Amino acid sequence: MNRVLLFVPVIFFAILGFVFYTMMEHDPSELQSARLNQPFPAFQLTDLEKPELTRDQSALQGEPMLVNVWATWCPACRAEHAYLVHLAEQKNVAIIGLNYKDQRQAANEWLVKLGDPYRFSIFDQEGRLGLDLGVYGAPETYVVDADGIIRYRHVGVVNEKVWQEKLSPWFPAISGSGVPAS
Amino acid sequence: MILPEFGHFALILAFGLAILLAVVPLIGAWLGDRLWMQMARPFTGLMTLLILLSFITLTLAFLKDDFSVAYVAGHSNSLLPWYYKMSAVWGGHEGSLLLWALILAGWTFAVSRFSKALPEDMVARVLGILGIVNAGFLSFIIIKSSPFERILPNIPPDGADLNPLLQDFGLIVHPPLLYMGYVGFSVAFAFALAALLGGKLDAAWARWSRPWTTVAWAFLTLGIALGSWWAYYELGWGGWWFWDPVENASLMPWLAGTALMHSLAVTEKRGLFKSWTVLLAIFTFSLSLLGTFLVRSGILTSVHAFASDPDRGFYILALLAVTIGGSLLLYALRAPVVKSRIGFSERSRETFLLMNNIILVTATLTVLGGTLFPLFAEMAGKEVSVGAPYFDAMFSFLTPLLVAFLCVGIFSHWKDTRPGLLKRQIPVPLIAAIPFAFLIPMTQGDLAFMPVLGSFLAVWLLFATIRDISQKVSGRRSLWAGWMKTRRSYKGMVFGHLGLAVMIMGAALVSAYTIEKDVRMAPGDEATLGGLVYRFERLAHYEGPNFISDRAYFVVSSDSGRQIADLHAEKRRYVVSGSIMTEAGIQAGFFRDLYVSLGEPLPGQDAWAVRLHIKPFVRWLWLGALLMAIGGALAVADPRYRQKARAKAPASAGDAEAGNTAVSVQEGGQA
Repeated sequence: MNRVLLFVPVIFFAILGFVFYTMMEHDPSELQSARLNQPFPAFQLTDLEKPELTRDQSALQGEPMLVNVWATWCPACRAEHAYLVHLAEQKNVAIIGLNYKDQRQAANEWLVKLGDPYRFSIFDQEGRLGLDLGVYGAPETYVVDADGIIRYRHVGVVNEKVWQEKLSPWFPAISGSGVPAS
Repeated sequence: MILPEFGHFALILAFGLAILLAVVPLIGAWLGDRLWMQMARPFTGLMTLLILLSFITLTLAFLKDDFSVAYVAGHSNSLLPWYYKMSAVWGGHEGSLLLWALILAGWTFAVSRFSKALPEDMVARVLGILGIVNAGFLSFIIIKSSPFERILPNIPPDGADLNPLLQDFGLIVHPPLLYMGYVGFSVAFAFALAALLGGKLDAAWARWSRPWTTVAWAFLTLGIALGSWWAYYELGWGGWWFWDPVENASLMPWLAGTALMHSLAVTEKRGLFKSWTVLLAIFTFSLSLLGTFLVRSGILTSVHAFASDPDRGFYILALLAVTIGGSLLLYALRAPVVKSRIGFSERSRETFLLMNNIILVTATLTVLGGTLFPLFAEMAGKEVSVGAPYFDAMFSFLTPLLVAFLCVGIFSHWKDTRPGLLKRQIPVPLIAAIPFAFLIPMTQGDLAFMPVLGSFLAVWLLFATIRDISQKVSGRRSLWAGWMKTRRSYKGMVFGHLGLAVMIMGAALVSAYTIEKDVRMAPGDEATLGGLVYRFERLAHYEGPNFISDRAYFVVSSDSGRQIADLHAEKRRYVVSGSIMTEAGIQAGFFRDLYVSLGEPLPGQDAWAVRLHIKPFVRWLWLGALLMAIGGALAVADPRYRQKARAKAPASAGDAEAGNTAVSVQEGGQA
């Protein structure tokens, strides 16, 4: 055996360490969307449940809403799903689903099983809209205001705390907290 | 109260001692200075004591609801029952790291106590290396993750509550068991490095490492099984393994550790695979550290990841670079390259254990690759998620291979096996297993490839093991009498392998024959599943100490109306954090579990989306893990480890304390 071979593990580890080092800067929760305070990117995609319908960005106007990026392959989406259903049903928050890189049938079965908190879901199988939005991974949730402008981006699971602290201020009619004193 | 500051101070002192432990004995071993080497044991004892004090201090802060401590305020609440206040100590990043440090110190201390028979320089090197690891973790706690930081002067009136997912018995014991396993591999790691440093890579270091590795492995087995069991009953969708990055992080050291146990056997018995075994020992502990890094740096997204903090990530990465990089570099420079002159044939036990190692390491790298691939892909600007299909495919290929080599290799001998012997032994269990491969799945449902293969592998492994036992005890009157006479280490092996068989059987059957149904049910409704009638009896409101819950009562009965089970499933809302938790109603059985969980409330009088499951053989997964852990315990209890110790150090026989005297007498003689 050659001693040079014995260096293979340490070299392999050095490469791995380098990858970790560079990726650390990419911390997913630190990412700011380049799209912040910009209009929601234009798209034309089919509806998840009714494939014959086409949705575009004009559907994301008229009232503040959450756009929730989800997929059946994402365990964290499962974790937040019950809370989204709660938000939609108890607080009547408008939530639009962006079904991301998923299978249509599996996604529909999921909604039947776990409940459907979404007004409708956009079916983005190739992840093109996700790319335009700058989606890092699922789940992510965007706040889009009544004019269709992206106001906030949350990476990770939505729960009561996130809703109270980060998202609800954009929904003055629901939370009551943001209503001007006048 | 000044207690938290005391805990912090104790930790800083412990760090100082860890540094001393990392420096003094190693220099002593290098110079051959007895006195410096002997400092290792007192340093270890004092360091362990201080970390223990620090840990107790933090526990007291939790029990006394001292919300001026930020960590307590973030992870506890005055409404929490006392036992959850205790376990909340390791409910977050900082405290769990302190637990990690305490367990590491505990292992270090155990090594210092049970190493009387070892040469002084070996002990000094082993403890010195463990001192380096201790110092690394302690510095991380003190600098980046202190659990003792205060919120002053605005002390919160109450805490934010422990994550409800962690308010459960399974999660009280899961982290300590898991850490016992992870950290326990540090001992084999330290022995391997000490052998490299000392330049004595003989069979001795392998013999010393074996019991430690086996104990750590048994703990890790239990820890992983407990985590899987917890996910099954607590997450409410009936799964038992999700290939989540954090689960993978615990599976990798387990697979590598399993390989290590087997290759240590070869190195001890035959003096072969020396360099390989050393590398595996480094590799196994490195994977434990890597797991910690992945979970705590936030580099991968996962359901159970701790709050991510890039600063901490960089610190752990630096620790990793020093420990893993340093040890691999040492390995590259010092591992022996001399080709071993001891030969073995292609039918020898050595060859079969080598195959075992190749398969297990392949499995480890498969998991490593699948876990890290999304990271590499992201670096290349692509978004990729590697999920269960990839891992399932790889493991349904590797597991049969592993079992096949096991069932053949079990009959082999060291050095060489007569071809006639193998030809005689192999076919009987193999052929006997074939009918069972079809009969067992037929009791559950339609035949399919995976359950047939799984049953075949499990039964083949069972029969091969029994045949091996009967060969071994052929001179005895009965199989049982002979079995009782076998060595404990042999019994341990048998239990380990049977555990694998039981686990394969469980995995194959539960994956193929689970039946489930999602139905809308209101009190009074009935639903049938698998010939059983589930009746939703009533819905009750229930208030726990820190949650409110809707509790649904179900009665399951057979066709004939005989009542089989009472189940209650819950949907809890934890008041402080607002989290919603599902508690599944489960009737556990040896051959099948009945499982009910509540989905969402539906419009209508008390109507709920209800999920009903029948899960055959699911208990076998955890039973298998339990058998494996028992196997590990039996192997370590083998008298030969104690006999060796006695034979090597006659002066210390009987009384452990006498060992020290013996050494000092020797020393006095030299002086």
